[in-house]
Amino acid sequence: MTPAPALEFDRVGRRYGAIRAVDGVSLSIAPGEFVALVGASGSGKSTLLKTVNRLVVPDAGRVLYEGEDTASLPLAALRRKLGYVFQGIGLFPHLTVGENIAIGPRLAGERLGRERIAQLLERVELEPGMAARLPEALSGGQRQRVGVARALAGEPHLLLMDEPFGALDPVTRAALGNTVRELHERLALTTVMVTHDMAEALLLASRVLVMDGGKIVADEAPHALLAGRGGAVAQELVAVPRDQAGRLAQMTREGAA
Amino acid sequence: MSDFWPLLLGLGDELAAHVLLSAAAIGLGIAMALPLAVWAGRSESVARVALGFASLVQTIPALALLALFFPILLSLRAVFGEGLPTLGFLPALLALALYALLPILRNAVTAQANLDPGVIEAADGVGMSRWQKLRLVEAPLAAPFVMAGIRTAAVWTIGAATLSTTIGQQSLGDPIFAGLQTQNWALVLAGCLASAGLALSADLLLGLIERGFAQRRRALWLGGMVAVLLGIAAALAAQFAPALRGDARDTVVIGAKQFSEQYILARLIGQQLERAGYAVEYRDGLGSAVVHSAVTSGAIDIAIDYTGTLWTNQMGREGNPGREAMYQAIVEWKRDTGEARVLGRLGFENAYAFAMREDRAQELGVRSLADLARVAPRLTVGGDPEFFERPEWAAVREAYGLRFARQRNFSATFMYNALRSGGADVISAYTSDGRIAADRLVVLEDPRGALPSYDALILLGPEARRDEKLVETLQPLLGAIDVEAMREANFAVDREDDKRSPAQAARALAQRIGL
Repeated sequence: MTPAPALEFDRVGRRYGAIRAVDGVSLSIAPGEFVALVGASGSGKSTLLKTVNRLVVPDAGRVLYEGEDTASLPLAALRRKLGYVFQGIGLFPHLTVGENIAIGPRLAGERLGRERIAQLLERVELEPGMAARLPEALSGGQRQRVGVARALAGEPHLLLMDEPFGALDPVTRAALGNTVRELHERLALTTVMVTHDMAEALLLASRVLVMDGGKIVADEAPHALLAGRGGAVAQELVAVPRDQAGRLAQMTREGAA
Repeated sequence: MSDFWPLLLGLGDELAAHVLLSAAAIGLGIAMALPLAVWAGRSESVARVALGFASLVQTIPALALLALFFPILLSLRAVFGEGLPTLGFLPALLALALYALLPILRNAVTAQANLDPGVIEAADGVGMSRWQKLRLVEAPLAAPFVMAGIRTAAVWTIGAATLSTTIGQQSLGDPIFAGLQTQNWALVLAGCLASAGLALSADLLLGLIERGFAQRRRALWLGGMVAVLLGIAAALAAQFAPALRGDARDTVVIGAKQFSEQYILARLIGQQLERAGYAVEYRDGLGSAVVHSAVTSGAIDIAIDYTGTLWTNQMGREGNPGREAMYQAIVEWKRDTGEARVLGRLGFENAYAFAMREDRAQELGVRSLADLARVAPRLTVGGDPEFFERPEWAAVREAYGLRFARQRNFSATFMYNALRSGGADVISAYTSDGRIAADRLVVLEDPRGALPSYDALILLGPEARRDEKLVETLQPLLGAIDVEAMREANFAVDREDDKRSPAQAARALAQRIGL
């Protein structure tokens, strides 16, 4: 028997004027999957992700989280159940790192102890001593690590990430990608990550969805995409990192010769 | 200037009243601005309308805004009943609070608009309700900017509050207006320094709070707040402690318009009442139009007014029936309307008259208004701002065909200086003014009787007129002051050397008339 889906989209649509940003998407995501949602700017990937925590309210269809229609759940309660990380990071500048991490549980009337905050910081590979600092004293990569720790504080089953590493330098970006991948395994999360970077999607995800014009045009495992499946739009996106990787490999060989 | 320090230190009551008025106005301004700013943050059109209104208010001169609340409150009595105060604290509070609105509102709206959208998305993303978002994120992040707006508002309000003297609210404007009137520059300076010092202190303390918010240093903003609250508490204690000690006798409030004679006569009446055991309070520097409404509405108990003023301004009559007939008409009019009562005349007239320097009058061959008409097209006439709006001015111009080259407004004090320095050739002087004799001025004759008489009289408000002991106490003043006595008293206050305070001049006057 297949397990009940963690997340299900049922003919979800969202228009902005005449533009169908999301156009009748149906999709099922099983618990434990790491799904990358890839596409060009304006393909609707970010809008689709935000229908899950209702930062965008769909005007057609339903989104089911662990079998329940998200429209029927109280908004605040729904959002506290979902971890959300986004490019803007959005740490509260007037709160310490520890207070930022503890904000979700605090809203639910629960106080996070010092040990729990230290534990969450360790999960994202930061010193527990950082809890007392203000966000302005942190580097960009450290801030996004705190953003991830904040998303995990409510012990969510589902982690939503909207271009989470978009504003970071490549080294920080790779390191944080690995951290997130490990946490995904260790905490048995279901993860949906929006990115425009196909290489990142192929390296981190277990399943890659390609969006174009509000529709899902490919839904493949990374190795299937690399093997040439998924159609023209997907292959166009795959071609870029493959070409770069090929040229880099060639340069390495030439340098060695 | 040796008398400067005692003057400054003697401003305790005015300072306390000023602090309370300003604090209440800023508090009310904050209470209006903050909810409005939150609403404006949710709706573009509310933001436009609210900021537009606040800016509009700001374009009204503070003095006019304060004065406007008198008729507004007067008409609101239809709703709130006769107990609604129309002068003093309430109108000053409302006008100043409106004035404080703009900087607070603008800063709060701007702060909200400039919040990092990422932070707002995060607040939604972690599941904050609207209220939680406001309380936990928007308010603390906007606080330093809002505080900067409050700081600006505080400095403006403390400055503008000096003008509330004109509508009968005690403030640091009292010494400024009184000093300006009596050319007592030490008094003006003391009032200005006290008000500037207060504004700077408020700015400093509110600045501490602002910095505390911006740098998230609790000790700093809490300390600033405690200091502000202590200041307000001290002012409250100073204002209300005497009343709590049981000194709260029924106080008689005496109003005075903005010139020396009024200050002196108010003190003369006050000192007479104090000898009879009354507690007395003065409302100095009231606008001329305000005084009559104030005494009929009971906002003040006693006022000195003049027959000609009441005849034209309050009764709306034209022409000049002659001195006695005019007085009788006013007494009857007051008896019929039944609000205030004419107690009686003091004995002298303070009429408008045209005066020139003796040498200049001789040189031009002018002895009367009829002579003046010939040379007027080459001359400059100076008058107080009220005069050129008055029907007497129209009547005189009509009767003699007067056309001047130029017309200039001066406050009463500066009019005489202008005449001396050649800034004006003719001025609208007052017959009881001591400077007419002292400056060797010629009062031009009025052969056609165009200028009405101005007998000084005492008006009693609704409460005072029923107080038989009070009426009895003031009887000896009636008919007791001739124009020479009044001129001498006025000159003692107005002259530049060996100046007397209005209270000192009043005591000398009392002695002279044998009280």
